[in-house]
Amino acid sequence: MSSIGTGYDLSASQFSPDGRVFQVEYAQKAVENSGTVIGLRGKDGVVFAVEKLVTSKLYEPGANKRLFNIDNHVGMAVSGLSSDARQIAETARTEAASYRAQYGIGIPLKYLNDRVSMYMHAYTLYSAVRPYGCSVIIGAYEADGPVMYMIDPSGVSYGYYGCAIGKAKQSAKTEIEKLKLADMSCKDLIREAARIIYLLHDELKDKQFELEMSWVGNHTNGRHERVPFEIKAEAETKARQAMDEDSDSDTEDM
Amino acid sequence: MAFVEAPFQSKTMDSMVPDWLSAEHSTGTSIMACEFEGGVVIGADSRTTTGAYIANRVTDKLTKVTDHIYCCRSGSAADTQAISDIVSYHLAFHQMELGEPPLVETSANVFRELCYNYRDSLMAGILVAGWDRRKGGQVYSIPLGGMCVRQPIAIGGSGSSYVYGYVDAHYKPNMTKDQTIELVSNTLSLAMSRDGSSGGVVRLGVITKEGVERRVILGNKLPQFYEG
Repeated sequence: MSSIGTGYDLSASQFSPDGRVFQVEYAQKAVENSGTVIGLRGKDGVVFAVEKLVTSKLYEPGANKRLFNIDNHVGMAVSGLSSDARQIAETARTEAASYRAQYGIGIPLKYLNDRVSMYMHAYTLYSAVRPYGCSVIIGAYEADGPVMYMIDPSGVSYGYYGCAIGKAKQSAKTEIEKLKLADMSCKDLIREAARIIYLLHDELKDKQFELEMSWVGNHTNGRHERVPFEIKAEAETKARQAMDEDSDSDTEDM
Repeated sequence: MAFVEAPFQSKTMDSMVPDWLSAEHSTGTSIMACEFEGGVVIGADSRTTTGAYIANRVTDKLTKVTDHIYCCRSGSAADTQAISDIVSYHLAFHQMELGEPPLVETSANVFRELCYNYRDSLMAGILVAGWDRRKGGQVYSIPLGGMCVRQPIAIGGSGSSYVYGYVDAHYKPNMTKDQTIELVSNTLSLAMSRDGSSGGVVRLGVITKEGVERRVILGNKLPQFYEG
């Protein structure tokens, strides 16, 4: 996106002559400034990991969470403007609750994904509104196994085995591609997810960050839960060790 | 004087008018549904009455909702037809959105939603039965107030009161398809012979993975029992 809008970027309801909607592209830029968020779908569940950037030492830990419960069985990880993302989470919760009330069972993720995508897309159509400055990953463990979708500000969404959004999404994707996701269990995924987030964190640009992790899978009985403290702490220790070993071997090569 | 005479007159007028002119069509009924390994068997009698008059002696009270879900209707014929039409519409729409057939559980909940919300104006006792990939053969009973409960076997309609004991005595878990069909046809025949507003033929449906197989047992082919 090297060109500037030259007047076609003021409204979400107008195309540029070469067929682009600049407001939507700017919204995608907003996501790329945010901390990295990854979602991994293994054989028995989905794992989310978030690099939550902490911009001040005065904040108390655990504030401004980027992982949400949408329903018992559905989790959401968000990247981008967190106030926009909270509104998307709220919409998804309403949608999930109304499905449960109407049909007596939890909402199928495919259906929730359709609804939330449509909602986000609607905000790319009118001049009176701006697109949502966030991308979301939703995941669940259903009767046929784990499922995961990612929705971006344009309202486009795909199902994924592994996906990454935010600052370091490109390098995160290269790391994820090295994994054999289809054979991995949640226990393995937690370790990999923590490792990737630690690996990609840029200490020079962003000093502090908090690692947030959640999962939904067979072992949680299909419920979306935060990863218990001990398991997360263990994964973080391993991640730091891996980093140290990595930097050692780097120096050897030189 | 007119005040006193009016009720007297209207009373004599009422007795002159046959009840089938004013009464509502109702499926004073015997219906039944039973789960077995791999599917469900549903059954119903075929009598529709307007008061004491048999408006239809070959009614089909087993109504299709989706390819693998049927309902057995009892109560007001108009109410139950309207409800099942609405539910079919909702589920057909839902099937398009999901890209897969709706669950029996989902279907039963849509029925319940309507039957409960409009419980004061409806006369409908419905059994929802069918097969889905998730839980196999299932039966859900939605009686008058709009409750919804899954049961391995369920009976309904005015005729059912006569055969609760028979069903309790003869139902066994893990019956085969043929045993289930036999239990359903025997139970319905017994209910039809005792209940004045049930009768005609026995209509059966067997719903499995493969779809629906419909059968009918004509009035002269019904199983015979002691009639004292």
